Amino acid sequence: MARKKSTSITGGRPGWFTYGALGIVLLVALFPFYWTVLIGSGDQSSVYTFDAFSWESWIPGGNLMANFQAVIDNPAVGFWKALGSSLIVSIAVSATTVLLATLAGFAFAKLRFKGSGPLLVFVIATMAVPVQLGAVPLYIVFQELNLVGSLWAVILPALVTAFGVFWMTQYLSQSLPDELIEAARVDGCSMFRTFWNVALPAARPAAAMLALFTFVTSWTNFFWPYIVLGNSDSKTLPVALQVLQANYFIDYSIVLAGVLLSTIPLILLFVFAGRQLVSGIMAGAVKG
Amino acid sequence: MASALDTDDRKAVRRFERRQRLGHWDVKYSPYLYIAPFFLIFAVTGLFPIVYTAVISLQDWDLVRNTGEFIGFDHFVFVFQDPQFWKALRNTFSIFLFSSVPQLILATFIAAQLDTNLRAKTFWRMGVLLPYVVAPVAVSLIFSNMFGDQYGVVNSVLTSIGLDPVGWHTDVIPSHIAIATMVNFRWTGYNALILLAAMQAIPRDLYEAAAIDGAGALRRFFSVTVPQLRPTLIFVIITSTIGGLQIFDEPRLYDVTGQGGANQQWLTITMYMYNAGWGKFDFGRAAAIAWILFLIIVVFGLINFYLTRRLVSDDRSSGGK
Repeated sequence: MARKKSTSITGGRPGWFTYGALGIVLLVALFPFYWTVLIGSGDQSSVYTFDAFSWESWIPGGNLMANFQAVIDNPAVGFWKALGSSLIVSIAVSATTVLLATLAGFAFAKLRFKGSGPLLVFVIATMAVPVQLGAVPLYIVFQELNLVGSLWAVILPALVTAFGVFWMTQYLSQSLPDELIEAARVDGCSMFRTFWNVALPAARPAAAMLALFTFVTSWTNFFWPYIVLGNSDSKTLPVALQVLQANYFIDYSIVLAGVLLSTIPLILLFVFAGRQLVSGIMAGAVKG
Repeated sequence: MASALDTDDRKAVRRFERRQRLGHWDVKYSPYLYIAPFFLIFAVTGLFPIVYTAVISLQDWDLVRNTGEFIGFDHFVFVFQDPQFWKALRNTFSIFLFSSVPQLILATFIAAQLDTNLRAKTFWRMGVLLPYVVAPVAVSLIFSNMFGDQYGVVNSVLTSIGLDPVGWHTDVIPSHIAIATMVNFRWTGYNALILLAAMQAIPRDLYEAAAIDGAGALRRFFSVTVPQLRPTLIFVIITSTIGGLQIFDEPRLYDVTGQGGANQQWLTITMYMYNAGWGKFDFGRAAAIAWILFLIIVVFGLINFYLTRRLVSDDRSSGGK
C-alpha cells in the first residue's frame, strides 16, 4: 500500500531463502494435520507398525469414514449433541459479545460522561484476571442455581468480554466521525436510535472480526466447560473429545479421527474467513 | 375561550419541556446504561467471584451444606508445604520458558520473512495462522501421540536416523519440551502476524538511512526493526505470560490419566488447582491456589514488563537509528 513507493531496500522479490524458510515453517505447521489424517485413516495397529523409513507408512489408510462412524456411534462422546452444544454456545456468546461490546464501546468512544476514563481503565485491567481466579465461587453459585451441567453455565460468564469492549472502543473512536452522531441528534434521534442507526452500521467491520475471534475462542475453550459440563451429557466438543482418550484402552486411529472430525468445522470457517482473521490480528496489533 | 387556549398552550409548553428533560436525561444517563451490561456481568461473574475466592480460601468448605468455616491461612500454609505445589510451579515456569522464548524468536523471524515483497502474501499469512483454529485439546491429543515414548513418530524418526529414543512422557525436561511444542504450534503464527503488522508500521526511510550509513541487512534488523518493535514485543510477552502461566488443556490431555505424569513431571499450577477443587473437592484449598496463581501472574507479568523494556531500550541506545 503506502510502502510501495519506498521499497528500494526491501523492494523487489525476496530470494529463495525467504521462500525456503517460509516453506519449511508451513510444512512443520501442516505436519500435525497430516499425521492426524494418516493415523485417523488407519486402524488401531497403525501407530504401532509405523516405520518412518518405509514409504508405505506415509500413505493414509482407507478407514477414515469407518473411524468417523465409530466416533459418532460412541455414546460417551455424543458427537452430534456436542456439535450442537458447541454451535449454540459459540453463536450465542459471539452474538451477545458483539452487541454488548459495541454498545459499551460506543459509549466509551463517543459519549461524554463522568468517570468514563477510569471506567475504561478498569475494563482493561480486568483483562489480566485469569479465569481460574473465579472458578470456585462461580461453580458454587451455578451449583446453587442448579445450572452445573447446563449450557447456561458456559454461556452466562462469557456474555461479554473486556477485550470486546476495548476492541470496539478503539475502533469506534477512530472510525466513527463525531459529525455523524451530531447530525443524527439534530435530526431528533434518541441516543439509542443513534447507536442503532449510526454506530452499529459503522462498527460492522470490527464487529465481524470480534465475532470471529469470540467464536474461535469459545469453540476451543476447555477449562471452564470441562469443570461444569465434564460429567453431564451436554458437553461441548472439546469436552466430548477428551472422553475418547479417557478410556483405559486407547485406539489412536479413533482418537485422531475424532480430533479431525471436531476440527473440520473450524477449518471450514478458516477457509471462508481466514483472510478476515489475518487482517483482524494485524489490525488489533497496530492499535493495541 | 381565551383561557382554554391558554391551558392548551401551557400543555404544549409542558410537553415540550418534558421532552427536553427526557432528551437531557437521555444524553446524561444513557451512556451509563450502555456500559451497564458489561459491568453488571463482570460484577456477577468476575468481581464477586474474585472477592469470594479470597473469602473461601480462608475457609474449610463444606460441600454438603455449601458453606464454610473460617480457618485462617491454613490452606496457604498447606500449599506452601506441599512438594507437589513446588513441582507444579517449577513445571509451569519451565514449560513457559520453553514455549515463550523460542516462540518469540521464531515469530519475529517469520514476521521478518513475511515483511518482504512476497508473491501470494495472503496464502503465506493464512498458512502460518492455520494451527490457531485447532483447539488446544485437539492439539494435545495429536501431539501426545506424536511424542509417544514407544510408538510416536518423533521417536520413530529419531531411532531411524540412529539416535536414542527420548522419554517424552517419562522424563521431566522432554515432557516440558513436548508440551511447549504444542503451545508453539498453535501460537507462533498468530504472534508472527502481530509482529508483522508492527513491522509494516516502521517508516521505511529509517531503513534507507541505515543502509546509507552502511548497515547490512542483519544490522538493519537488529538496530532498526527490533527497537521499533518494542511496544509490540512487550504486548506479546505480557499476553503470553498471562496465558502461559495458566496452562491447563495441553498438559491435562498429555496422557490418559490427566494427573501430570507418575512423578508429576508435567503437573502445572492450574492442574494442581483443578485436582484440589474437582479431584479432591477441597474448594477452600483450590481457592487458595487460585489466589497464589493470580499473584504469581501479576508479579511475573510486571517483572517481564520491566525486563523487556530495559532489554529492548538498551538495544535502541546502542544501535542508534
